[in-house]
Amino acid sequence: MNKLYNNAHEAIIDVKDNNTIMLGGFGLCGIPENLIQALVKKGTKNLTCISNNAGVDDFGIGLLLKTRQVKKMISSYVGENSEFERQLLNGELEVDLIPQGTLAERCRAAGAGIPAFYTPAGVGTEIAKNKEIKLFNGKEYILELAFQSDFAFIKAWKGDALGNLIYKGTARNFNPMMATAGKITIVEVEELVPIGSLDPNIIHTPSIYVDRIFEGKNYEKRIEKITTQ
Amino acid sequence: MGLNKFQIAQRISQELNDGDYVNLGIGIPTLIANYIPNNISVIMQSENGLLGMGPFPKREDVDPDLINAGKETITTLDGSSIFNSSESFAMIRGGRVNLTVLGAMEVSQAGDIANWKIPGKMVKGMGGAMDLVASAKNIIVAMMHTNKKGESKLLKKCSLPITGINCVKKIVTNLAVIDIENNNFILKEYAPGVSVEEIKNATEGDLIIADSISEMCLQ
Repeated sequence: MNKLYNNAHEAIIDVKDNNTIMLGGFGLCGIPENLIQALVKKGTKNLTCISNNAGVDDFGIGLLLKTRQVKKMISSYVGENSEFERQLLNGELEVDLIPQGTLAERCRAAGAGIPAFYTPAGVGTEIAKNKEIKLFNGKEYILELAFQSDFAFIKAWKGDALGNLIYKGTARNFNPMMATAGKITIVEVEELVPIGSLDPNIIHTPSIYVDRIFEGKNYEKRIEKITTQ
Repeated sequence: MGLNKFQIAQRISQELNDGDYVNLGIGIPTLIANYIPNNISVIMQSENGLLGMGPFPKREDVDPDLINAGKETITTLDGSSIFNSSESFAMIRGGRVNLTVLGAMEVSQAGDIANWKIPGKMVKGMGGAMDLVASAKNIIVAMMHTNKKGESKLLKKCSLPITGINCVKKIVTNLAVIDIENNNFILKEYAPGVSVEEIKNATEGDLIIADSISEMCLQ
């Protein structure tokens, strides 16, 4: 068993045009920086990206939007990216905006073998259109489907060669669910550590979910809004 | 006219109870954290995966791996916990968060809220707002009473795409504190220096004056 790759370029060698990719992160926090940059370099087109946000104009998924590699975005909040807004209002980009909790649960369900679930989020709104509504205990719920994705791009703090992962701070966010949900899950870690050095009690993502792992380089970890006392 | 945004936040802070788990939206709601009464303890939930959100960091303590749902750098506190997004919304949909405060573009007298989209103009997305308003036990809206054109934001029916139905319980604006009951706005408190007549004129929906109406107390 070898899950270990040298770099992002080698790890995404079989990503193809028209693939669907989940990308972890909330804003620019916990995004797979190396994998995104490798994808820009590779030039893969017509991608469907599932990610809570769409980055900013010149970082994160914003880099893939700029190079017009994204056909469709599935996100909950995209307010930080003016190029995104421009492409959307001009009809150049397909966008599916869905509630953040539903986005998270559609990832979780996908990884847990649950094809669909009911949620109260969005009842009575335009996102409930054409979806099955069912009453439970007198309250309406919407049927939502698990995602299907070819790849999941994950950023973790530390990981071992087996693929056991831990995340740091709020950089965890969507990464653990997405790690369970990709047909192929590719992980970049800030620090690759020897097998056995991570305490089994504190593993966030068990190795079974991870197909490929490598140690990332040159993390910029850009902050969107530096707020201080 | 009436309160500024800091005073709106200050008034809403009076609605907090000891032991509450609270989710504060972006904008005016975030300011409420500055006015938590000293004699109570509340725990802030940030839907990107943190319970026990602390104040902004000192410059030297800024950590790119520690942000709130508004993407601002923050800190943890003794007793904080960090979790993934799925778990975060499990506690929200599961009804564990006692109070949600958020901003709005429009609120209807049925308690519908619109705050995520202006067709053809603004496309930002709903973020966690639809999940929050579908499940929170108590939802307070913090907003200005009228929009930039001077039009009422308290309407019979929302004109913008809604975020959730029949969910808002209370609105605190620069002019008034208004409860929503039985498809009516109930005027409970007026801001210092603001007349009931001015509030009526700024409210498009049906407004009932509460018997117990009083002036807002800010302290």
